[in-house]
Formats: sequence, C-alpha cells, structure tokens
Amino acid sequence: MSAIAARSRAGTLRALTAVGRCQLAGLLGLLVACVGPAVVAALLLLPVGLGHRLLPPAAAALRRCADRARERAARWSGVRGAPPDPLPRTAGARAVLADAGFWRDLGWAWLEPLVGGLLVAVPPSLVVYGAFGVLVQPFVWRLLDDGNWYAFVPVHTTATMVAALLLGLGFTAAGLLLAPSVLRLHARWGRLLLAAPRTAELVRRIEQLTDTRAVALDARADELRRIERDLHDGAQARLVALGMRLDGATRLLDDPHAARAALLEARELSARALEDLRDLVRGIQPPILTDRGLGDAVRSLALDSFLDVHVEVRLAGRLPAAVESAAYFAVNELLANAAKHSGGDRVDIVLAHGDGSGEESGGGRLSVSVTDDGRGGADPARGTGLLGVRARLATFDGSLALHSPPGGPTTVTLEIPCASSLPKTSSS
Amino acid sequence: MRVVLAEDLFLLRDGLVRTLREHGFDVVSAVDNGPSLLRALLEEKPDVAVVDVRLPPTFTDEGLQAALEARRHHRGLPVLVLSQYVDQLYANELLASDDGGVGYLLKDRVTDTGQFVDAVRRVAAGGTVLDPQVIGRLLSRGDARGTISALTPRERDVLELMAQGRSNAAVAAALHFSESAVAKHTASIFAKLGIAPSTEDNRRVLAVLAYLRR
Repeated sequence: MSAIAARSRAGTLRALTAVGRCQLAGLLGLLVACVGPAVVAALLLLPVGLGHRLLPPAAAALRRCADRARERAARWSGVRGAPPDPLPRTAGARAVLADAGFWRDLGWAWLEPLVGGLLVAVPPSLVVYGAFGVLVQPFVWRLLDDGNWYAFVPVHTTATMVAALLLGLGFTAAGLLLAPSVLRLHARWGRLLLAAPRTAELVRRIEQLTDTRAVALDARADELRRIERDLHDGAQARLVALGMRLDGATRLLDDPHAARAALLEARELSARALEDLRDLVRGIQPPILTDRGLGDAVRSLALDSFLDVHVEVRLAGRLPAAVESAAYFAVNELLANAAKHSGGDRVDIVLAHGDGSGEESGGGRLSVSVTDDGRGGADPARGTGLLGVRARLATFDGSLALHSPPGGPTTVTLEIPCASSLPKTSSS
Repeated sequence: MRVVLAEDLFLLRDGLVRTLREHGFDVVSAVDNGPSLLRALLEEKPDVAVVDVRLPPTFTDEGLQAALEARRHHRGLPVLVLSQYVDQLYANELLASDDGGVGYLLKDRVTDTGQFVDAVRRVAAGGTVLDPQVIGRLLSRGDARGTISALTPRERDVLELMAQGRSNAAVAAALHFSESAVAKHTASIFAKLGIAPSTEDNRRVLAVLAYLRR
C-alpha cells in the first residue's frame, strides 16, 4: 500500500513540476517576444548604418535565449536537437546575416511567443481555472443574486454548484495530466524550429569522424611499429642466438660436458624468447580477454593489482571485441593511475551494459566506473594517461568523465556505445 | 600410472606422449579437443590428466572447463593444466575446485623434462604445483602490500619455493640448504605470518597460498 501511495505522490509531484515548467516556459516566451523585436529593429536600422552595430549583440542575445530553450527541452523532456554552429563573433552584421542559424533563431522568436506560448499556457490555465471552480464556486454563488457562470454551468443552486465543483476538479486533473505531454510537445515544437538542418549535423559528424579516424590510424601505426620493434629486439634476436648456440653445441659433441652446457643455455634462450612473445601478446590482446570476455579479464587485472580491487560485473554475453579491448586497456590504465597517484588502497570497479533508455539514446552502452578511496584532486590535463584513454575512446564515440574533488574519492566513468551479444560459441 | 593428455598441436602432443612414456607413464588417451577430453576423463578416470587450456572447438579455455567439469564428477581427479600464459584467475579457479592434486604450469616448463615429470607425479599424488610465475606475482603483490615484509630474504626464497608446491627436500636441494635448515626457516615463516603450521605437505602449501591470495 505504502509503495502505491509513494508512487502516486511522486506522480503528483511530477505533474505539478510539469505545470510549473509550463508556466515558466510561457514567461520565457514573453522574454523572447522582447528580444525578437529588438533583432527586427536592428535589421530595420541596417540601411542607416546603426543596425551594423546593433545586430551582432542582438543576434547573440537571441541565440542565448534559443540555447536556453534547447537546454530546457533536453533537461525537462529529454528532447535533444542538434545545436547550430556558433554565431560568427567577430565578422560583424554581414556574417550574422549569412548565418543559417540566425534566421532559424529569428523564425523561432517570431512563432514561439504565439504558438509555443499558447501551447504551454493550456495546463496552468486549466489548473488555475479548475482551482477557481473548486475553491470559489461553492461560496460565491450565494453572494450573487442570480448566480454566475462557471464555464458552461450557470451556478445558482446547490446542484449546479456541485456540478461546477466537479467540473473544476476535472479541469485541474486534466491540467495536471496534460502538463508533461504538453511540455514534451512544446520541446518538440522548439526542436522543429531550432534544430540545425540534417546537413549541418552531418558535416559536423564527418569532421568528428575524420578526426577520430586519424587518431585511430595513428594509434594503429604506432602499435604495429612497437610490435615490429619488440619482435626484432626480443624474440627474433633470441631465436638467432638460440640457433647459434645449437650450432655451437653440435661442434662440441666430442666434449659432452661443454655440449651439455651449451644445450642448457640454448634451452634457456628458448624460454626467454617465449617470455618475450608472451609479454608482446599480452600487450596486443590479453588471452584472458579472448577466453572469457571483459568481466573476467578485469577480475584478472584486479587479482594482479597491489590494491584491494572489488569488481562488480553486470554484463550479459559478450561485447564487440574492439570495445572489450579498449575498455580493458582503459581499466588497466586507470588501475595503474590509482596505484601510482591516488594514495588510496581500495578500488571499486563496476562494469555494466545498459540497453539504453529514453527516446533519444538508442542502442546499448557499456559503462565502466572506477572509484578509488584516495586523496582526489586528480587533474585530467596532467599526465598523458587519461588523455590517451580519452582519445582512444573517441574512436568508439565513447566518453570519459573524471570526478575528483580534493580529499577524494576519485571516480572515473567511461561510456562506450555498443550492442551486447550472446555468449560467443565459436571463433575458429 | 595412467595418464590422459589433451593438446591440440600435433608436434607438442607427440612430444609430450613420448616424454611421458619414456618416464614410465601409461598414456591411455591423447586427444586434441575439449569434448573428447571430457569424454576421456570421465570414461578412463586416469591417475592424472595433463591438459592444455586452449583447445578446439572454441580455442578459448575449453581444456580448463573440461578439466573442472570432470573434477565435479570424479572428486579429486588430479589435473595438471598447461598454458602459454598463466593467469591468477585460472589459478584461483583450479585451487577452488574441491580437493585433490592440481597443477598449473606454463607450457615452456615441459622443456625441462625432469621438472615437468616431477610435477606430473606430484599432482598425481594429490599435491599442488603452481608455476613460478604465478607465485612470483603473488609475492610481488605481497611485497607491495607489506604482507610479507617481516620475512628475511632467505625466508622469502623458501616461501617462494614452498608456494610452488615443493617438498622440504626439494627446497633444500634448490637452495643448497640442509633439510633441517629448511624446516627451521619454514617454522619461522609460519610463526611470522601467523599461519597455523601443518605437518602434512600439501595442506601447508595450501595454507601459504591462501595467505598470499588474501
């Protein structure tokens, strides 16, 4: 029972919040109604020259209003539109006029106070008018000789008063129930007017992909160079030495003691070549990651760490191999950081894969959080570790967030969009 | 002594079969994949199994899984696991898989035939054999955490060999000590670390490992 009560309380609170936000959105619409004409005035003053000075600040003010509206839409209703390119700052009125985003802002400023304002006015008006019916109608009709009208009800008897009271309750309830949907509708309406056109969004996306691809290609080239060098200086060199040693041993066969020593040395060389190869393989793709996936691979890191590492894994099935690898090496780096710099002695790691909720997110995402109980105050700009991790995650559209207040604790959260698959059954 | 062997690379399997036969083992079955391994272990119920971790068809930890599964059916079935790399997680899983001999060695160790055959015998006898690399990592972790800082360098050497599963005699031979000196060191190690001493060899090894893995 108490759970139901709590839920209905939460529901009422949400509805009231939505009504309040509708009211606020309406008021802000009035502000837009002031800024919009200022921009129009600046435009009209362009022929006399004064407009050239007035337009850039007016356009910037309008853009601030639009940005706020976009933020509110995202925060209140989860509706995210593509932000426009920033307004040209220094090039003056001419550049502003050439900016597609500016004209979109202006169109929005023209329509928002009328259409948007009217839309968001509905729920608060229903609530207030309903409250008027419930709180005022039961008393006021006695004071007036021939009653009064409440909506379509002429209130002059107890029966009509009760009808007005019920109608008022209905209005209030309708206002409360409608508010979240109206708010969302308003957000979508704003997005319709304000969102950058698809091409602008795509251009930006291509730029970002070109950048991250360049980083990924560089990283891959570095990696291949490192592997080549490690093989050249390590295993290959040792195998050459091994061959020489074996050759020497064949020439020593007359002297069994010397031959035996040479052969033992050859065995030692082969063991070291294997050791080199093992280290190399672990740096490319740790075998446990292939065998068991991210969860157990991170557990294995935890066992090797000097810190007290607690791992919680909420992953069903396997993730794409590239994502597993990126996440593994990121955790490895973060654990090394915690051991080196945090001064703490306990680390908590949580690996989770969510299916992605909310209308805009789409697809799943892997989230990894690494929290230590150290002194905090970590600076992401210092040290190349975090920057490197962030650059590598960018290839996957992943992100890294660092929260490290002085005094700790430090939490690093990684997110990588990706789908999860069923457990792997064949790889040969 | 009857042995079941699982290794997917022909050259290595052949070499291992030969080595084991030369040393008087009876290799009753030599298989190259996970499902056959499980079948062989359940049907033959050998005195000891020598198993490569990575086998077809998945080329992941098929061999380890088959060995663990077989141990659930035949409690205490001795298993020596070989691998191209060692991982603490696998060592933990093997140690946790009820009692009976277990071993976990890097594949390279088979190049030292004497040591390898000795390890197979120790596992068959119900002992615990862990690769020096597994123990090395446990010890460096112990160093960093300060859990074994009370030990003298000599005692640390003894602890290392003991944790690998060696008997007092083998530790004495490796460090050129007398056996009584090893016994004295062992007593001192147990006192310093607060581990209850045990006269039984394998129980002693397990106590040391439990301490290091904390």
